[in-house]
Amino acid sequence: MELLFEKSVPGRQGLRVSASDVPTSIHLRKDLLRDSDAALPELSELDVVRHFTELSRRNFGVDTNFYPLGSCTMKYNPKVCERIASYPGFAHLHPLLPQLRGGGMLTQGALEVLYEMDRLLREICGMAAFTMQPMAGAHGELTGIMMMAAYHRDRGNKKHIVLAPDSAHGTNPASAAIAGYTVKSVPSDENGLMSMTALKAMLTDDVAGLMLTCPNTLGLFNPHVKEICDLIHSVDGLAYYDGANLNAIVGKVRPGDLGFDIVHLNLHKTFATPHGGGGPGAGPVGVVEKLADYLPVSTVVKRENGTFALDYNRPKTIGYIAPFYGNFAIVLRAYVYILMAGRQGLKRIAENAVLNANYIKEKLKPYYDLPFPQTCKHECVFSASRQAQKGIRAIDIAKALIDRGIHPPTVYFPLIVKEAMMIEPTETESKETLDAFIEAMSEIAKLAETDPDAIKAAPLTTPVNRLDETAAAKQLNIKAETA
Amino acid sequence: MACENCYYTKEHEWIKLDGAAATVGITDHAQEALGDITFVELPAVGKTVDHQEPLCTVESTKAASDVYAPLAGTVTEVNDALTTEPERINQDCLGEGWMCKMQVANPDDVKNLMTAQQYEDYLKGL
Repeated sequence: MELLFEKSVPGRQGLRVSASDVPTSIHLRKDLLRDSDAALPELSELDVVRHFTELSRRNFGVDTNFYPLGSCTMKYNPKVCERIASYPGFAHLHPLLPQLRGGGMLTQGALEVLYEMDRLLREICGMAAFTMQPMAGAHGELTGIMMMAAYHRDRGNKKHIVLAPDSAHGTNPASAAIAGYTVKSVPSDENGLMSMTALKAMLTDDVAGLMLTCPNTLGLFNPHVKEICDLIHSVDGLAYYDGANLNAIVGKVRPGDLGFDIVHLNLHKTFATPHGGGGPGAGPVGVVEKLADYLPVSTVVKRENGTFALDYNRPKTIGYIAPFYGNFAIVLRAYVYILMAGRQGLKRIAENAVLNANYIKEKLKPYYDLPFPQTCKHECVFSASRQAQKGIRAIDIAKALIDRGIHPPTVYFPLIVKEAMMIEPTETESKETLDAFIEAMSEIAKLAETDPDAIKAAPLTTPVNRLDETAAAKQLNIKAETA
Repeated sequence: MACENCYYTKEHEWIKLDGAAATVGITDHAQEALGDITFVELPAVGKTVDHQEPLCTVESTKAASDVYAPLAGTVTEVNDALTTEPERINQDCLGEGWMCKMQVANPDDVKNLMTAQQYEDYLKGL
């Protein structure tokens, strides 16, 4: 497909710009000025409309196809959340307004959303207070770990180690390392859970905390989670709950009740806000009472007269971690989603997410190896080891699914499963969709036996066929060269 | 997998000893599991590492993985060729795909590692 730049025809234009009534006598330093005009494409409005419509047709999203991307919780985003987020009263608010004199009274609705969302997430997670500021899950992790560090600094603790199981999302060790901690990886046991023996052996006074995803990336809920939190607390460490997989237990179990001290949530996962392409996400962080003073500024408070205001007067805060109040429009969508689902609805979300994953697990068991066959939560992890003996690897199966109109699952993660295929259907898919997926996966498994070359060639129905991922990684070229 | 004086770890590193001088790399099983390697991060010469401390990082189209020091010691030389040709690890992991050389602190510790035969048996059990 041609780029806009390649479609450009000199002199063509889509609109006539009216004469500028802004003085052009602004003096800029010569080195800030262009030597020649910017090479902008010249196109008609129709050219541009067709270009972007065509691009959108090539898009593969949850609005068009099934998207079982494990550990990403790619659930459908209800359109009513989009509609409310686009209300002019929200969408046109200037972020500086609540900070201006008298501006707070003009933004009461938005401040109330932030305030109420804090209350809702406290209730859902069993935490004492939340910040809405982090712009994504990993940003939330860093915020959480910085609060962990602030806590230990205040207590005069000299701790330098953060533990994370070997099944952790890569962001856990990365966040802890960025915050200055040494990360140690706790191995999994034969059941796919963090080894209690290894944890006990690694638990020293140097341990500042443990980051745990529960259920973990194998979709398994750790039955020892309470004991794990107690162990961490026994060395004055903090237990950090990575909320990436909250969808499996939302409304059912509260991380705070299990003993966790810090929780980050990915609103774009569990609470169905748009997801992908690097954002905008939202990663609110909740903490227990003893950590509440460290939350970033600002927070929203309710005055005695019932109005809402921003509070910057927090002496022990870790400070600013993001401009303004996080991705407000994302928080708003999630707020609508939670109100819409309600207490019973959130429980049913978890139940159906778990039911759907187990349905797929049981139906596909005859066709693919299942390293951890116990009942899973919201996702299940297969191995393509059996197919690999015929030369068909997880990546080939992923590509073959594209030809069958299905987004590939997460492959080669978690790292502790060979040829891993991590499938998370979410609660929003119907039985018919799940059956179509099961049919496609079993057909591919049979094809791997009878005609492996047909799989190796996939995908054939896409705008571009199998990409050379090695070359793309080695010779990264993201710049369009135009004449 | 013929490699004289080579010893292996459960994390799929090999170390070849000549007295206290050692060469380190990853095994055929490791490169096969990683797939096409696209990037290698090598340690600084002079770096002292403890046994099982991260020594290098290898990235493939599938994952980024740490390579751990099979034994404690000091890095004396790294295979700079890998920065431009990381595929050498895929092509010849025991030869041109070596990753770094080190002076081992206690060569006797090698008894804690696996011999070629033990490693082969270990792979069969995976």
